Amino acid sequence: MRLAPFEQIVAAYGPTVLRVCRAVLGPEDADDAWSETFLAAMRAYPELRPGSNVEAWLVTIAKRKAIDQHRARTRRPVPMDDLPESTPGSVQSDGSFRDAELWEALKALPRKQREALAYHYLAGLPYATVAELLGNNEAAARRAAADGIKRLRTTYSATHKGEPR
Amino acid sequence: MNSTARDPGAEIFDDLPAVDAEAQRRLHDRLVAAAEAEGILDVAYRTVDTPVGSLLLAATGEGLVRVAYAREDHDAVLSALADRISPRVLNAPARLDAVAFEIDEYFAGRRHAFDLPLDFRLSRGFRRDVLTHLTDIGYGHTATYAAVAAAAGNPRAVRAVGSACANNPIPVVVPCHRVVRSDGSAGGYVGGPQAKRVLLALEAAA
Repeated sequence: MRLAPFEQIVAAYGPTVLRVCRAVLGPEDADDAWSETFLAAMRAYPELRPGSNVEAWLVTIAKRKAIDQHRARTRRPVPMDDLPESTPGSVQSDGSFRDAELWEALKALPRKQREALAYHYLAGLPYATVAELLGNNEAAARRAAADGIKRLRTTYSATHKGEPR
Repeated sequence: MNSTARDPGAEIFDDLPAVDAEAQRRLHDRLVAAAEAEGILDVAYRTVDTPVGSLLLAATGEGLVRVAYAREDHDAVLSALADRISPRVLNAPARLDAVAFEIDEYFAGRRHAFDLPLDFRLSRGFRRDVLTHLTDIGYGHTATYAAVAAAAGNPRAVRAVGSACANNPIPVVVPCHRVVRSDGSAGGYVGGPQAKRVLLALEAAA
C-alpha cells in the first residue's frame, strides 16, 4: 500500500476533523485548529507508514493543536468564559455551524466528556483509541462519553424535542 | 466513518451537518496558501477543459511536470505522481494559472509556442533526450519517428522514439503529436488517434 495524494486525505477526512474541532473548541476556534492540523499533517505525511489509521492520526494531531490553542487562550487576559457568545443567528448566517445550541451545550461539559464524545461519536474512533487520546483507559473513556450523553440529554435534547430540523 | 452499531444518544449529533461544503472550500484554500508559503506543496494540480477533453495539469516548484488526458485516468495519474514525486499533492489551481492560460491560447489558435518552465524529472535517459528535441519541430510542422531518432543522436532507435512519445509525461506542451509515421499516417498518440488528428488539424489551419 502506498500513500494517496494528500488531496484525497483532505477530502476524505476534512469534514470529520472539522466536526471534531467544532465540538471540542467551538465554532470560532475550529477553523484555526483545522488549518494547523492539516498543515502539520501535510508536513509529516511523507513519513506516515502506509496502512496507518489516518483518521486516528489526524485526530491525534488535532487534539495536540486544540491543547496548544487552549493554552494560548488561557494565557490571554480574557478568560474563556468571557468570550463572545456564539449566537445561533450569527453563526448560522455563514453556514459554518448550524447548531450553535449544541455547541453551547457541549461547552458546558467537562473537557474530557466533550473530547470523548467528539472522538467517539463524531470521529467514529473505538473507545480503545479514545482512551489513548485521553490518556485514560477504555472503561473511563466509555464512562466519560456516557456521562456526556446523559448531560446533553437534559441540557440540549430537552430544548430540541419536536422542533423541525 | 461512524460506528456501525449506533451508540445511545448518537441522534443528538444528527443536527450537525456531516459536510459543510462552504467551510471545506474556505479551509482548503487556506491550506493551499499555507502549504505553498511553507514550501511543502510538492505537486499542485488542476484540470482544464479543451477541445481534446479535460486535461490534468500538474506542476512541481520547478515547472510543469505532467499533462494527462482523461483516457489516462486522472486519479491514477495523481496516484502515480504521489508515488514518484511526493504524496504532498493538492488541487491548487493558482500555480497553474500561466499554464492554463497558454493552453487556452494554444487551442484558440493564438499561441504557436509555449513559454513555460518544464520539469522533465519523470523521463530519463534517451527518452528524455527525445522529448527535449521535440520542441525543435515547429508549430504546424511534422517529423517522422526516424528523423527524430536521428536528431536525438541515434538514427536506429526509431522504436525507442515511439515509446518515448507514447510515454511523454507532458503531451500538448511537448509536441509529440507532431511526430508521424514515414508513410504520412498520424501514428499512435497518448491522447488517442482522434486527439492527435485534432491537434494536427488545429496547427495546419494556422
